[in-house]
Amino acid sequence: MTTALHEFPTVPTPGQTLRAARRARVHAVLSGGLTAALGTVGVALGLSVIFGGPRELRVGWLLPLVGVQLNLDALGGLFVAVTGAVSAAVGIYTVGYARREHLARFPLTVLPLFVAAMMLVPAAGSVTTFLLTWELMAAASLVLVLSEHHRAEVRSAGVFYAVMTQLGFAAILLALVLLSAAGGGDSFDTISASSGDIPSGTRTAIFLLTLLGFGSKAGLLPLHAWLPRAHPEAPSPVSALMSAAMVNMGIYGIIRFDLDILGQGHPSPHWWGLTLMIFGAVSAVFGVLQASVATDLKRLLAYSTTENMGLITLALGAAALLSSYGAMAVAALAMTAALLLILSHAAFKTLAFLAAGSVLAATGLRDLDKLGGLARRMPGTTVMFGIAALGASGLPLGAGFVGEWLLLQSLIHSPHDDTTLLMLVMPLSVGAVALTTGLGIAAMVKAFGVGFLARPRSAAAEAAREAPASMLTGMGLAAAACTVSAVAPVLFGPLLERVLTALPTLGGEAAGPMLGAYLRLPGVTGSIAPGLIAVALVVAVLLALALARWGGRHRPAAVQAPLWACGADSLSPRMQYTATSFAEPLQRVFDNVLRPETDVEVTHYAESQYLVEKVTYRTLQADPVEQRLYTPVVRAVTAWAQYVRRAHPGSVHLYLAYGAIGLLVVLVVAR
Amino acid sequence: MSAMSVMSVVATLLQVVAVLVGAPLVVGGMRQVRARLEGRAGGGVGQPWRDLRKQLRKQQITPLGTTVVFALAPAVVAGTTLLIAAILPLISLGSPLDPAADLFGVVGLLFLGTVALTLAGLDTGTAFGGMGSSREITIAALVEPTILLAVFALSVPGQSANLAAIVAAAADNPGQLVSPGSLLAFVALAIVIIAETGRLPVDNPSTHLELTMIHEAMVLEYAGPRLALVEWASAMRLTVLLGLMANLFLPWGIAGADPSPLGILIGFVVISLKILVLAGALAAGEVFIAKLRYFRVPELLAGSFLLALLAVTASYFFATPTN
Repeated sequence: MTTALHEFPTVPTPGQTLRAARRARVHAVLSGGLTAALGTVGVALGLSVIFGGPRELRVGWLLPLVGVQLNLDALGGLFVAVTGAVSAAVGIYTVGYARREHLARFPLTVLPLFVAAMMLVPAAGSVTTFLLTWELMAAASLVLVLSEHHRAEVRSAGVFYAVMTQLGFAAILLALVLLSAAGGGDSFDTISASSGDIPSGTRTAIFLLTLLGFGSKAGLLPLHAWLPRAHPEAPSPVSALMSAAMVNMGIYGIIRFDLDILGQGHPSPHWWGLTLMIFGAVSAVFGVLQASVATDLKRLLAYSTTENMGLITLALGAAALLSSYGAMAVAALAMTAALLLILSHAAFKTLAFLAAGSVLAATGLRDLDKLGGLARRMPGTTVMFGIAALGASGLPLGAGFVGEWLLLQSLIHSPHDDTTLLMLVMPLSVGAVALTTGLGIAAMVKAFGVGFLARPRSAAAEAAREAPASMLTGMGLAAAACTVSAVAPVLFGPLLERVLTALPTLGGEAAGPMLGAYLRLPGVTGSIAPGLIAVALVVAVLLALALARWGGRHRPAAVQAPLWACGADSLSPRMQYTATSFAEPLQRVFDNVLRPETDVEVTHYAESQYLVEKVTYRTLQADPVEQRLYTPVVRAVTAWAQYVRRAHPGSVHLYLAYGAIGLLVVLVVAR
Repeated sequence: MSAMSVMSVVATLLQVVAVLVGAPLVVGGMRQVRARLEGRAGGGVGQPWRDLRKQLRKQQITPLGTTVVFALAPAVVAGTTLLIAAILPLISLGSPLDPAADLFGVVGLLFLGTVALTLAGLDTGTAFGGMGSSREITIAALVEPTILLAVFALSVPGQSANLAAIVAAAADNPGQLVSPGSLLAFVALAIVIIAETGRLPVDNPSTHLELTMIHEAMVLEYAGPRLALVEWASAMRLTVLLGLMANLFLPWGIAGADPSPLGILIGFVVISLKILVLAGALAAGEVFIAKLRYFRVPELLAGSFLLALLAVTASYFFATPTN
């Protein structure tokens, strides 16, 4: 039916085209501007709450029976501020992106709504309000993922995302209903006050259910499968918002409900912290492994999100475990690491997705095997992605370095006098963090080196042109945030201190690490000065450049020369290493975990079997967890659905009977 | 600035200058040891310096199509190594930069240099450049866990990852140097230093067969002054890491936090001797081993990772209470 509409395309008159273009521009500016404005308000509100004390707002008429209860404290304020900062950068970027990529009116309308919903989640002060805002956020993000619903991959990703996010919601709903019933109220304050009376069985159930629900939102293993599907298919500003801001809400939920509200009654048992650490470490290592072999730029970044959320969860778990052993000072260190990692991840992941979006807008490509040579064609975007990749790799001068350093310090300084558990867990965690960092470097070198350097591997990459000013401005904001968290985390010092003080169960009373020009750790000797390292490194590089000039007056003038082609005529761009070949050694080393499907086909000449005519190499890197875990579940559900279908023969009489019986059962049960 | 800290600044500057001047000599010495053991005359200890001088006077050639990444990478490698030379406690304990970067920071700087060169290899857009970069980054990724765990093991006795604290704790309590934890950490660290500096059996620094190259394939497009800088930097990396190794496990002779001129002199002579002995042993050892097949290297690194893990656990279980 729909094809009939396309059979007679109406040719628009020049006036119509012009008007449509003007209208599209107005929409882009309105949507982007509103998003950026909301973001700015969020940053201001978050900071005012962190430094000025909690705020409260009650709108009784909005929700029947219970009303909407908004309570913003320091912890919520931090997440509102981070979401706001991400949204401000994304909003400005969207102005240019929407016009270049012809985003439709509907997603542009939902974008500010999504941002508003995300900022309401940490502000919710009661169970009902939280569930309402959570569902609003999920629904808005689903609409945005489906922006380009005319493509089949987008629809499939949308279905996947919708199912997983709703299952997660069901788990959260159940957990919060239990919490609210056991805590004797709807508002968080009431529940916190009486959380000591909640029986331990209920506490365990709530912990496991929230871990399931919030873990799936944060993209933790094995509930990460929606991330590498939904993030690549969503428009890039939406990917940035989801990956840098929305996944944080999962972390927020874990902190708020498990560590803050439930932690206020009893100190959490050892195994809670341990469970968080295990989930975090496994997610971090698996995420980074997948990222290091991914060839789709946005899929790589999505897996990197799983990795970073894993590291944050590991830090949270360490804080919980250490505080359950009474090591409050080190727990405060781990908690600061978690908060700093949230900030730095938001900064570099926003930047990375926005830069990937401008590559996508310029070339139509996400496949690293076809990219390359962008450094000369899109210098601004290349620098931006470089800053993001440096941040994601956790090297000095990168945004992620200080957070990872704090995490490592908290792990190596844990008490080990008579606790065998800590003696075993901490070294293994250091190993996991280190492997994550090492593979993260490989993934980011691949993304930047193959995608942006070298020579273009396709005509589309060859024809790339630089992103417009508004997109570069949006990226510039995120890059500034990256630089601050890389060389001057001192600026975040007072902020994190306030948030930490508001979390007494995680060592809030103990002195946190001092984030001055030198980061010093209380109670132990350990310090680092990222700003000073940056300055010293610049001096050292200049010194090295000066050394290389030595003997320069004997030199002939500098020239450019073609690359060495091993004596052949010339090198074609097809002879370069691609992302697939770059990651092949790692894929081979981690063969047992990654389980790639590779297929080598050698065709010989008919005349002689010793001469090879051609070799075909095919490799498919699917997600092994998804294949092993999800496929059987989906198959079982499908089989069950087929079975249930027999009860739907299409007879209205039978359906009416079902309805009547169902009502009777409800009445009998509810009586 | 007091007179004391002036002396520690002098010691740090001396460290940097000594590494700059001495690194090519260390490499020359190693080649000479190897040549003699193989029955050759060898080019002499000063040959790397003569090579550097020659390269520095050659024409600057930029391969077509490369970007600023290719042009700057040698300076970044050399710069990170110089900075590491200024941070490490080689001659004296009191480097003014010691509180600015602990051992984790030093490892990070080391990897920053590696990353710069791998990006340069990719930037050339040749098959060899990409091949070298891919192999180098794979090894670097697998080396990182071992390095950080070895750092962890070393930081247990001094309860700090800052280098001066580690070395001072070892000098104060020499008994722990022969503890199982320390010995295991020594072996683990030795393996990763061999891997990180591209020595046998992980990589062959004198290979001329592109297909087996790792480091050399990556820098194949460099010539003239930039090649000089790359080779100088790689010699400095080797020297600095050998010096670090020497002082972590044989901390004697190092000058204190506020050294006297005599202390600096003694520290200088002692560290030079330690590095020369270690370098000679490494060169002599290399004569007797062949390069490992590339895909066997991860097994070696996995072994060193296990050693490092055991080192941490051992230093926990056998820890001597310090307070």
